[in-house]
Amino acid sequence: MYKNWWKVLGAILVIYSTVAGFLMKTPELPIIRESIRNLYFHVPMWFSMIVLFSISVFYSIKSLRSNDPADDIKAVESVNAGVIFGLLGIVTGAIWAKFTWGQAWSFDVKQNFAAIAILLYFAYLVLRNAIDEEQKRAKISAIYNIFAFPIMVVLLFVLPRLSDSLHPGNGGNPGFNAYDLDSRMRMVFYPACLGWILIGCWIYNLLYRLRDLERNKLSK
Amino acid sequence: MINNYLCDRMNLAEQIKHLIKKELLLEWRSKYALNGVLLYVVSTVFVCFLSFVSTDKVTLNALFWIIMLFASINAVSKSFLQESRGRQVYIYTIASPLALIISKTIYNALLMMVLTVIALGFYILVFDFGPQDLGLYLLAAILGSLSFSTIFTMVSAIASKAGNGGMLMAILSFPIIIPVLVVLIKLTKNAMDGLDRSVSLDEIGLLLIINALVMSVSVLLFPYLWRD
Repeated sequence: MYKNWWKVLGAILVIYSTVAGFLMKTPELPIIRESIRNLYFHVPMWFSMIVLFSISVFYSIKSLRSNDPADDIKAVESVNAGVIFGLLGIVTGAIWAKFTWGQAWSFDVKQNFAAIAILLYFAYLVLRNAIDEEQKRAKISAIYNIFAFPIMVVLLFVLPRLSDSLHPGNGGNPGFNAYDLDSRMRMVFYPACLGWILIGCWIYNLLYRLRDLERNKLSK
Repeated sequence: MINNYLCDRMNLAEQIKHLIKKELLLEWRSKYALNGVLLYVVSTVFVCFLSFVSTDKVTLNALFWIIMLFASINAVSKSFLQESRGRQVYIYTIASPLALIISKTIYNALLMMVLTVIALGFYILVFDFGPQDLGLYLLAAILGSLSFSTIFTMVSAIASKAGNGGMLMAILSFPIIIPVLVVLIKLTKNAMDGLDRSVSLDEIGLLLIINALVMSVSVLLFPYLWRD
């Protein structure tokens, strides 16, 4: 149990941020109104996705050096978990956009580039399915994963800054911290981010252990 | 130690030179890639000219880059996908992987630059599409062909190792090339409108950074890919 403290912490933080996110007072703003509470769900999804993709790149580099199949499985399972979070980030964002910007898909730069970043990881998963031989698959997909990572960083962090976006903090829009005068939202937002990142790591951990068990069963 | 290192460097430069010479010679003998892709571009431009009855300049600019995107996928994917297994093994025994990837990228960049400039001239001729700042547009075309060749060379190496070529090549390279394409279209739109060049410095810098990034990552990764 003492090794699993971070899972308990993640669960507690997510429960806290969900309850507090719906019940605590938020700044009253026109247009966005109560949908501001989506901040506690939409943004942590992206943070978790980026953490999971970073874990995946780390294990891809490791698997290139060690040729250990376990590292390869870790890399692919963290991409699987990260893609789930990315899709959830897009869905929560689309719902939010429907209420505040008027259209679920508003052709905002961040929306488009986030969708392309997820396509990049779908391409990684398709590439894996295209190769039958196990060692070759581990090597080639690790190389593509490392090759794609800097491009994802450019897509998510560099390109949106070059053009105007409807997102807060871009294109002359004030960021949320401009409204969060008494740090009330931060008390929920930071725990929510940490909680969802931990839950993401937990999901990845479960996926990996499941695959590992299947692999051991097959090899016996 | 240092002497050894220097010797290695010399060797690398020598190998790159020979490999580029080999590519150029092969191309000169068959003239397949250049003529084939040129014909591809010319016929696509005609198809577009006949299909689009009237268009504004923004659409024409985007169209040019889409045509170049497909032309360069066809031109560059040839570099690894169409090498026979036997020739790959032969090159593997005589040259270092670094020399191979660098020489292929340089050769593809040269090929793409020639193609893009010819295609641009033809495009301007057919569509009467005169960018106000032709110098900047040419610079963008050269940067674009450089980025296409760095990215597609590495992706075609990955796709050829994975076994089934064309389809995988498109799936793997489109998400990677989109950021480059977006920046290129923005840069060339600035050139078409004849905006002051200082406005476009951001985009030029970003393209150079993406190229440096992609090139260094592929130089680091290619030796792992090449070793079978």
